[in-house]
Amino acid sequence: MTADNEDPPGRPQNASDKKGVRTMLPFSTQSATGKRVIPGTPVFDGESAQSGYALNAMCFSFNEKANREAFMADDEAYMARFALTEAQKKAVRERDVPAMISAGGNVYYLAKLAGIFGLNVQDLGALQTGMRLEEFKAALLAHSITERRVAA
Amino acid sequence: MSTICGGVFTSHVPGIGKAIAQGLQQAPYWKPFFDGLVPVQHFLWREKPDVAVVFYNDHGLNFFLDKMPTFAVGAAPEYRHEDEGWGIAFDRPYRGHPELSWHIIESIVADEFDPVTCQAMLVDHAVAVPFELCWPGAEGFPVKLVPIAINTVQHPLPSPKRCHDLGKAVGRALESWPRDEKIVVFGTGGLSHQLEGGRAGHINVDYDKFCLRNLAPDPEALLQHDTLDIVELAGSQGVEILNWIAARGALRGSVRELASNYHVPISNTAAATVLLENRETLIA
Repeated sequence: MTADNEDPPGRPQNASDKKGVRTMLPFSTQSATGKRVIPGTPVFDGESAQSGYALNAMCFSFNEKANREAFMADDEAYMARFALTEAQKKAVRERDVPAMISAGGNVYYLAKLAGIFGLNVQDLGALQTGMRLEEFKAALLAHSITERRVAA
Repeated sequence: MSTICGGVFTSHVPGIGKAIAQGLQQAPYWKPFFDGLVPVQHFLWREKPDVAVVFYNDHGLNFFLDKMPTFAVGAAPEYRHEDEGWGIAFDRPYRGHPELSWHIIESIVADEFDPVTCQAMLVDHAVAVPFELCWPGAEGFPVKLVPIAINTVQHPLPSPKRCHDLGKAVGRALESWPRDEKIVVFGTGGLSHQLEGGRAGHINVDYDKFCLRNLAPDPEALLQHDTLDIVELAGSQGVEILNWIAARGALRGSVRELASNYHVPISNTAAATVLLENRETLIA
């Protein structure tokens, strides 16, 4: 742990303790159960895959137009059919994307539900970061760059 | 004997598919990305490969969490794209190449990989968008497809080293393919982006440039980070660089960058397109 001494005080300890990547990755911490925690970054692992199964299964069904229409016609019945948990139902009713993620939703499947609500991934980004859509787009544009190389 | 002529690496954002469907390629927002495909299209017209072997990740069209393979190799006579939930389905089918698929499966299993094999599978935007980008128009695609899916959805994901080794094993399989066919390798997805959480919108230009700089001359530089390191650096979906790492592994000859285009942002993504040439290494 000697490398920690080189870190400035107050910097969170990196769970990754190998290969000299610490200086490049000062950001993540470790949870009580030993999992690596990357701030603002839910990692969809076995735990989320289990807790989110019903919600994600419902969203997966939305690949089919008829199922999207059935949800729009009666969302409560449709959620009941997939046995969503109360927390998942509440998150869906309230269009609360962070709550859907907390309830085990995976963004690739949630994107199909978001489409029903007329939301794209930029809308989802704004909803999760507490920005207005224009602010979220401006934050992306702040990285704006185009670099092109073509070999002779 | 087979020839592995090169590699195409490109982002596969669904929004690109929507832009194609709406004919927006020359609109100011999209043009800097689409212009990066021109050298790739010229390369493919010139080289006329017979087969494309595509490393990609499925986003919930073919695979669900009930059965989630770490590696899956398509061995179907034909593949199709379908509606993924937002109403766009590209209708050109993809001819498969079951004989080559099974040759790859035999070879990589002998090399101690354990892929799932799929005689029926749908391919999602991670295959469809790159194909639309590379061979625009209404005619059928001039290549046969072998899709190889890597799990980048549900952690634990395979390590970058494992993906690179898989690519190398596929490369050896392709080199030992006795038919006189020309093969191009694809790696799709990336670069840095994150769709979920408080860090949604995360872009890391430094990490992306590190990947772009090292992809051709020193791909092993990309193996120094494990998958969670990459999630931290490049964002939860930036981890799709695993597909690039695998595809690069399949190019085992003398590799040179022919073209590279990096454009931020496309949707929530740092978008990139790279074309690598692969020539047989001469032995004195």
